[in-house]
Amino acid sequence: MAIVFIPTLLRPLTGGRGSVEAEGATVRQVIESLEMAWPGIRERLMENDRLRPNISVAVDGEVTPMGLLEAVSPSSEVHFIAAIKGGSAAVL
Amino acid sequence: MSTEQYTVVGTRPVRHDGVDKVTGRAQYGADLQMAGLLYGYVLRSPHAHARIKRIDTSKAEKFPGVKAVITAADFPPTPERMVDLGEGDTPLSYARGNVLAGAKALYRGHAIAAVAATSIHVAEEAASLIEVDYEVLPAVLTAPEAMQDGASILHEDLRTKEFGEQTGRVSNVSEHFRHTMGDIAAGFAEAEVIIEREFNTATVHQGYIEPHNATALWNNDGRVLVWCSTQGAFVVRDVTACLLDVPVSHVRVTPMEIGGGFGGKIPVYIEPVAALLSKKTGKPVKIVMSRKDVFEGTGPTPGSYMKVKVGARKDGRITAAQAYLAYEAGAYPGAMVGPGAMCVFAAYDIANVVIDGFDVVVNKPSTAAYRAPGATNAAFATETVLDEIAEKLGIDPLDLRLKNAAKEGTRRADGPKYRRVGCVEVLEAMKNHPHYSAPLGGPNRGRGVAIGFWFNVGLPSSCNISVTADGTVNLVEGSTDIGGTRTSIAMQAAEVLGIPAEAVRPTVVDTDSIGFTAVTGGSRTTFATGWAAYEAAQDVVRQMKERAAKLWETDAASVTLERGVFRSGEKSMTFAELASKIDQTGGPVVGRGAVNPKGAGGSFSGNIVDVEVDPETGKVTILRFTAVQDVGKAIHPSYVEGQMQGGSAQGIGWALNEEYYMSRDGSMMNSSLLDYRMPTALDLPMIDTVIVEVPNPGHPFGVRGVGEANIVPPPGAIANAIYRAAGVRMRRLPMNPPAIMEAIWSQRD
Amino acid sequence: MPAKVRVQTTINGEQTEFLCEPRQSLLECLRDVLGLTGTKEGCNDGNCGACTVMLDDRVVTSCLVLGVEAEGAQITTIEGIAKGNELDPLQRSFLENAALQCGICTPGFIVAAKALLDHEPNPTEDQIRLWLANNLCRCTGYDKIIHAVQQAAAYSREARA
Repeated sequence: MAIVFIPTLLRPLTGGRGSVEAEGATVRQVIESLEMAWPGIRERLMENDRLRPNISVAVDGEVTPMGLLEAVSPSSEVHFIAAIKGGSAAVL
Repeated sequence: MSTEQYTVVGTRPVRHDGVDKVTGRAQYGADLQMAGLLYGYVLRSPHAHARIKRIDTSKAEKFPGVKAVITAADFPPTPERMVDLGEGDTPLSYARGNVLAGAKALYRGHAIAAVAATSIHVAEEAASLIEVDYEVLPAVLTAPEAMQDGASILHEDLRTKEFGEQTGRVSNVSEHFRHTMGDIAAGFAEAEVIIEREFNTATVHQGYIEPHNATALWNNDGRVLVWCSTQGAFVVRDVTACLLDVPVSHVRVTPMEIGGGFGGKIPVYIEPVAALLSKKTGKPVKIVMSRKDVFEGTGPTPGSYMKVKVGARKDGRITAAQAYLAYEAGAYPGAMVGPGAMCVFAAYDIANVVIDGFDVVVNKPSTAAYRAPGATNAAFATETVLDEIAEKLGIDPLDLRLKNAAKEGTRRADGPKYRRVGCVEVLEAMKNHPHYSAPLGGPNRGRGVAIGFWFNVGLPSSCNISVTADGTVNLVEGSTDIGGTRTSIAMQAAEVLGIPAEAVRPTVVDTDSIGFTAVTGGSRTTFATGWAAYEAAQDVVRQMKERAAKLWETDAASVTLERGVFRSGEKSMTFAELASKIDQTGGPVVGRGAVNPKGAGGSFSGNIVDVEVDPETGKVTILRFTAVQDVGKAIHPSYVEGQMQGGSAQGIGWALNEEYYMSRDGSMMNSSLLDYRMPTALDLPMIDTVIVEVPNPGHPFGVRGVGEANIVPPPGAIANAIYRAAGVRMRRLPMNPPAIMEAIWSQRD
Repeated sequence: MPAKVRVQTTINGEQTEFLCEPRQSLLECLRDVLGLTGTKEGCNDGNCGACTVMLDDRVVTSCLVLGVEAEGAQITTIEGIAKGNELDPLQRSFLENAALQCGICTPGFIVAAKALLDHEPNPTEDQIRLWLANNLCRCTGYDKIIHAVQQAAAYSREARA
């Protein structure tokens, strides 16, 4: 199962946990899996079926431009990153 | 640094655009001339914060020679949505509001209206006849001021966000985020020495010598043609199309040669204005900013208020680190505090970390990126705190850093683990450099060190290569060339094809002529557009092998290419010989590459600097400066050295002299190159460079990118040197003579 | 609109005539009236050197000279540095030493440095830095520019030897 690192300000939703396991072959599936275990988390990460504009996702250390579509493997690490000015956290 | 592996990569050919640049032939945006051209001038707010009650343009419109006057009312009423500014998304109303103010002027210099006329002098004169009724409001100028309860509010609709959650609080804090790792309380409890300090840095500008310029023609077929000075033609295209509410396909942007950018020419300021003026007049309109407008109306980098607290054991191992970073975003949200937070402790392996970041709006120009944005501020804080710890523990400052250096597998507080990185290699290169052990040679002198990090980005790039019958190739790409990248890109293609760098003709083209290409910035151009060229060249090689196979009546799989020679069995042909036969073997050979690469590798950099401080005037002289940086692979070492020297010089200016000197009412009092004091040839010594190459496993040639990390360590290194020279710890930038004297005198008391 | 003045001058060795308003700077006349856009505008108040030209035997910032002051003078701009197809040693050495990145300051530096080398063929590093102190470069940190001037001086010494 992939490991998802929970941003500090979302930890109240996961009972204070800094990282949790989740299933899924894509980032979207991983978020669905998180939502089942920790209701309310999807709304903090997604809006209108997309990642919120000021949130990026990094899989195995790489911020991905593919967002929800990015593939996740059973040994992946997934990080959600708050980007200032939204979009990619890897800004200039 | 070995060139043994490669024939072209690692060599120093003359850049392809060089002759035009040393003869004055190269066409920069302001050089553009066109039949019927009108000249545009932007009227800007004299107030740092004011409600705009009424704008009366009638007198200006009647002035002889004036062809049109516009305000924000001339924008089509596009519904609110998010716009990609090339460095992340922003609400459309903010992007549009910064181009021409809506209900409020949010900083002195905020664009209010624009005039198109037969000459720039006429336009300027007419603009002074525009009558604006302002209701002046109190202004806030620093993050701490803006964060106070009861502070004057810039955006009544701005609510503080905390990681996707609207807190509902009306304030000037647009966003607060926090990174945590480990157990900070336990970490500090374990520490045997703890240093906690506060820092302030002033607003500084990228200082590119060429002011912003744009020419726009709203053509009779409804297409909007733009020629401008920009780091990202596709960003200009997309933002302009969005603000004008036309399809993206209606806008074509031609990036002219650019006179410096450093991040400040990523935002869009005058292109939509020129386009609207062209629409109204039916003529092309050119706008060139004055130097004053560049200072007051573009995007400097955030001033900041920071607290950094670090705890370490007596043996030098850091046990805990905490940072509070409040960065000024300027008039609209979007300070680069996120990257600052990524970089503040990025050079170190620390188990227990807390970082709080605040994006705060203030009544100053809306900030833009400046070379590793956010990281220089943060490193100034961290590197001086670490210097104090080293001194307290009696440990050599480089040894302290080596003891805690980030390595492959180190995790940063914002989440990711490092792949292969060169922090240790940079520190060792510094330690082993003769500069580090050279005698200082006089009184009032001191030596300081510091290191820094920038993560570098990938982002999309495209490239096409077509083969000419004489064995040369045309290479077409869309990355504005600010520092020699068309050559570093051409060299990567040349390496794959086995031909000399001179046999590749690179051209930077407009947005109609190449696939989407992201901005020239983020230290990405040699990395990502070079990769696209690599892919395009591989595509050419595949096709050329098929042609050779046809000629030799064999399988393409049996054809090899090595150092420019195709072989199959006993047969062989050079690239040029085969190129002369493409016509008879099937026609043109065109290769394409389109990438959106992962695998960007971070870059560590370090400085050793010797200074002399005059104890009577506080003047700091840089005696000797050594810049070290891990670039992965230096494609063209001369231009890599150039990046390191340029970033160092900017860092020195940032450290010693540069600042927006603000009056109480929010006016920049030194908006000229006389008083905004950037380093001249007299202020600097030769800048020695050491290129470290820890290849990036994520790139075909190991490139990491060099452009930015070099501006991160200088202020910290210089502050540490000043301490050793004059006995004072500086915690405010710039460390100019009055500041140093004040520190010296208060120490004496 | 003020009446235009007719100015007769010599630019890069060619007799030239143009019309300009009295308020137009020499920089504006070169760029917008004569189409000689090699000389650049960076600040328009004499503080960056991007507009450096020779006015008779003086190195000047053309933004602080009026167009009408060109009357009867000999002006050299970047367009006049190369001899036909052949680059000046300074231009060659700027290229060989990678002494430019964005290139916007380069015309001003080359005109100023040429004046230095014409006046002092063996300048020290300090002399070069002092002479070029009014030419701002934001990209290079000046290191490679200084080396390029030193190398151009060496080229000229070889040529004379």
